[in-house]
Amino acid sequence: MAIFSVYVVNKAGGLIYQCDNYVPRTEVEKTFSFPLDVVLKLHDEKVVVSFGQRDGIRVGHAVLAINGVDVSGRCTAEGKDILEYLQEPSHYPLAIRFGRARLTSNEKLMLASMFHSLFAIGSQLSPEVGSSGIEMLETDVFKLHCFQTLTGIKFIVLADPRQSGIDALLRKIYEIYSDFALKNPFYSLEMPIRCELFDQNLKSALEVAEKAGTFGPGS
Amino acid sequence: MTVHNLYIFDRNGTCLHYSEWNRKKQAGISKEEESKLMYGMLFSIRSFVSKMSPLDMKEGFLSFQTSRYKLHYYETPTGIRLVMNTDLSVPNCRDILHQIYSTVYVECVVRNPLCVLGETLQSELFTSRLDTFIRALPFFGVRAA
Repeated sequence: MAIFSVYVVNKAGGLIYQCDNYVPRTEVEKTFSFPLDVVLKLHDEKVVVSFGQRDGIRVGHAVLAINGVDVSGRCTAEGKDILEYLQEPSHYPLAIRFGRARLTSNEKLMLASMFHSLFAIGSQLSPEVGSSGIEMLETDVFKLHCFQTLTGIKFIVLADPRQSGIDALLRKIYEIYSDFALKNPFYSLEMPIRCELFDQNLKSALEVAEKAGTFGPGS
Repeated sequence: MTVHNLYIFDRNGTCLHYSEWNRKKQAGISKEEESKLMYGMLFSIRSFVSKMSPLDMKEGFLSFQTSRYKLHYYETPTGIRLVMNTDLSVPNCRDILHQIYSTVYVECVVRNPLCVLGETLQSELFTSRLDTFIRALPFFGVRAA
């Protein structure tokens, strides 16, 4: 069981804090000879597999490294276009590492504001009177829990579907936010949270929640 | 325990069918607008979830819940999407949505030569079978009165 990540979104939908607590490793490295038998394409400035799923390489995985050197976006470390580089027979044999592409900070900002709107639409489409927005979103590999405070700040936690005690954790994060961000005289409201004490306390709260699942009575 | 409403969309986003049972609140927009909004939300949730996921997913998005209702989602490989809103006490409805697809939709729509695929369903047989199916669910109607 695990807690994957935490997001804090302000009332305007801007991401003001994000931390990845646990990132599962899903990377496969394989040596290829010419011609390459997986079909690659360019998607969102990344080179991803579009066809030829095998040996743990899945459609949608991105090229992360070539010959052990990390690539950056659509270019190799030397700045050459990956798709062109892989078309050259003289470069083979070469080892390519595939895996789920990590989210860039821009993508995280975009996803946070996307959730902000989904939250609002979720409450608009309610068949019942007085519904809140999305509080829990379930998929087969993770659950997203969201807690919106009275002042409109959203705390979002991504966790394993079997992880318990997330509601208590969300309230604990709110408490940590009030104690270490709001009471910090150098913190300006609605702006990104850069407070060391907030980081530290959040980390320990996540550890406690992962191990025990609760904060004991009264918390 | 109750079922509020059910939407069926095809892969192009056309609302094939809509029916409601114990719905307390309307969205305040026309049915057409509402189904577009619903499809748009599901479309975005699908892409949101696939980007957000830390691992590779098999089924993808299953359901979400707010303080008052729960939305269950099921998508077939052909892109037919079934969406059912129930109250919070209803457990996982994936099997039920799959049953609706396999026993009602396939039987009455796909196998009916008079039904044009990709258009709003006119079949009365389908509507009545679906209604019977939903009303027979164990969690339907405790609050119906």
